[in-house]
Amino acid sequence: MQRQAAVEARGARKVYGSGPAAVAALERVSLEIAEGEFFTLLGPSGCGKTTLLRLIAGFETPTEGQILIGGADVTADPPNRRPVNTVFQSYALFPHLTVAENVGFGLDMLDKPKAEVRATVAEMLALVKLEAMASRRPTQLSGGQQQRVALARALAPRPKLLLLDEPLSALDLKLRKEMQSELKRLQRETGITFVFVTHDQEEALTMSDRVAVMSGGSIQQVGAPREIYNRPVNRFVADFIGETNFLQGALEEGGFRLASGALVTLSDDARGGRPSGAAATLAIRPEQVRLGAGGEAGLPATVSETVYFGTDTHVHARLADGAEVVVRLQSPPSGEIGLSPGAAVTLRLPAEAVQVLDD
Amino acid sequence: MASAAERLAVSDQTRRNWLLAAPALILLLLGAAGPLLVVVAYSFLKPGEFSGVTWEFTFDAWIGVFLQQDIFDETWGLADAHLAIFWRSAKLSVLTTVMTFVIGFPMAWFIATRPANKRAIWLFLVTIPFWTNLLIRTFAILEVIRNQGVINSALIGLGLIDEPIQMLYTDAAVLFGMTYVYLPLMVLPLYAAIDRFDFRLAEAAFDLYASRWKMMRRVVLPIVRPGIVAGSILVFVPSLGAYVTPRVLGGGKNMMIGNFIELQFGQGRNWPLGAALSMLLLIVVLGALLLYVRVSSDRAGERHG
Repeated sequence: MQRQAAVEARGARKVYGSGPAAVAALERVSLEIAEGEFFTLLGPSGCGKTTLLRLIAGFETPTEGQILIGGADVTADPPNRRPVNTVFQSYALFPHLTVAENVGFGLDMLDKPKAEVRATVAEMLALVKLEAMASRRPTQLSGGQQQRVALARALAPRPKLLLLDEPLSALDLKLRKEMQSELKRLQRETGITFVFVTHDQEEALTMSDRVAVMSGGSIQQVGAPREIYNRPVNRFVADFIGETNFLQGALEEGGFRLASGALVTLSDDARGGRPSGAAATLAIRPEQVRLGAGGEAGLPATVSETVYFGTDTHVHARLADGAEVVVRLQSPPSGEIGLSPGAAVTLRLPAEAVQVLDD
Repeated sequence: MASAAERLAVSDQTRRNWLLAAPALILLLLGAAGPLLVVVAYSFLKPGEFSGVTWEFTFDAWIGVFLQQDIFDETWGLADAHLAIFWRSAKLSVLTTVMTFVIGFPMAWFIATRPANKRAIWLFLVTIPFWTNLLIRTFAILEVIRNQGVINSALIGLGLIDEPIQMLYTDAAVLFGMTYVYLPLMVLPLYAAIDRFDFRLAEAAFDLYASRWKMMRRVVLPIVRPGIVAGSILVFVPSLGAYVTPRVLGGGKNMMIGNFIELQFGQGRNWPLGAALSMLLLIVVLGALLLYVRVSSDRAGERHG
């Protein structure tokens, strides 16, 4: 028997407005998220990720399609009848209630006995390490603390599903890193399915079990972070997740013929059975390109610029036809890689690191 | 040393400032504090034979507000007629406040949830009655509810009733009139408060299993409370001193305190009693305002402390 999906979208489509002014925010998206998974919806703003989240929460009803939670169709249910809680981007903490009252709000609404509410609130505040703040008001807390109250409030009713709408975007970098591991810990400890929305690809890669990359209202690719990063299915995914060099050319017997004339060997996996003669794009990550001295075997190129990033140094090299390739090198102890603009170098593109994307 | 000259210049400056402010201060003293002091003074004097006062100090007026002496056996008892008027005034003012809230809250909610470019027109519609003279509006209501008025004529014409329903000259008529007159004073502060309300909080409450009703009661009402308090004060205070509406719609029997005060200065020929009643009204209103300040500064304290 197949395992029950925690949440499932079946051809969910959402159109705002009507007539000629109608805008489709989401295009017939189908998706299954497994029980206990940390699932991330990743994409640029306006890609439909927040709309999909709001459809799951029940704040919006789909124009077409269905939303199922734990196998039950909840498409017509309002948010207060779905076993789902949300951590809002703005936190949306109740300013007139104390931290403890905020955390207990959901249980209160479910008419749980007072003693049970008190016990759960204490447990949740301990989980997010805010026991000392129980009687404060949200406005008296820092951004990070408010964030943790919002988390505790959403977790307290033990939802089947926790939705997180860009919850870390308002925090500074250091706090964001802390909250990322905090979220992972909370997810492990509670075993609740997390659906996390972000536009930050690094956040998505480090935290998720699986990621759905979205663009233009539809899902481009769903997979584990490594899969998404190493085997992007199209140019959008390759470009959006991390940095990628794209080189134009065509497939041939035995490899990929670049516009500059050089032939790059492909793995069978990368080639994926594509016929010879088809125009395509070759993609390779900057850290996978090998840099050699001028005159060695490989693609001859000229350094146009080097950019120092601290741990890494990016070398921008130009091929014979003018196409630019970025190479990421680890900075040596001296910080100087000893390449100045104009230097002749050789680039090697290892067969196992090269991807072919259809145009 | 220069400081003596400087000091002189400064005191010169101060004198000039006072001199410049003097006309305003004199006007304020004569125009606001003066009449009030006259009212206070009158409340401690004896009534004149036909009108006005005779300058003789006494507490009679203040005692007369609450107590009265039986003309036959000269025993003191509570001034039942006065107390009935106080009670009616307080009851009608509270009821008016409640009614304006019950009607005004959905109105304010409706306006605040319209698209931004439509709200101005709705607010304008709410304030339209304000641009019409109060007396004319009150007579318009009279025309609607009197025995030969629009409602009774229509009901008789339809054959639903044979005799006109007595609506005019009842407490209900006064309540209806005051609710109509003071409704904008409730709607506007409520609108201002609801407009500031962050509707994402309503979404959060909804997400946390609150029904619409519970969301309203547990999240919206506590947060817009300053608007509710402001609107209630704005309606309650003028209701308590209302004169025109109870006079026109309540008639002579359903007096409120404002009419009763007027009576003392007119037919009653008891200026000191009128003055004492006016002071009492002022004290009650000040009490209500102090309560408002207390409540609103409590909110500020919560935010900062």
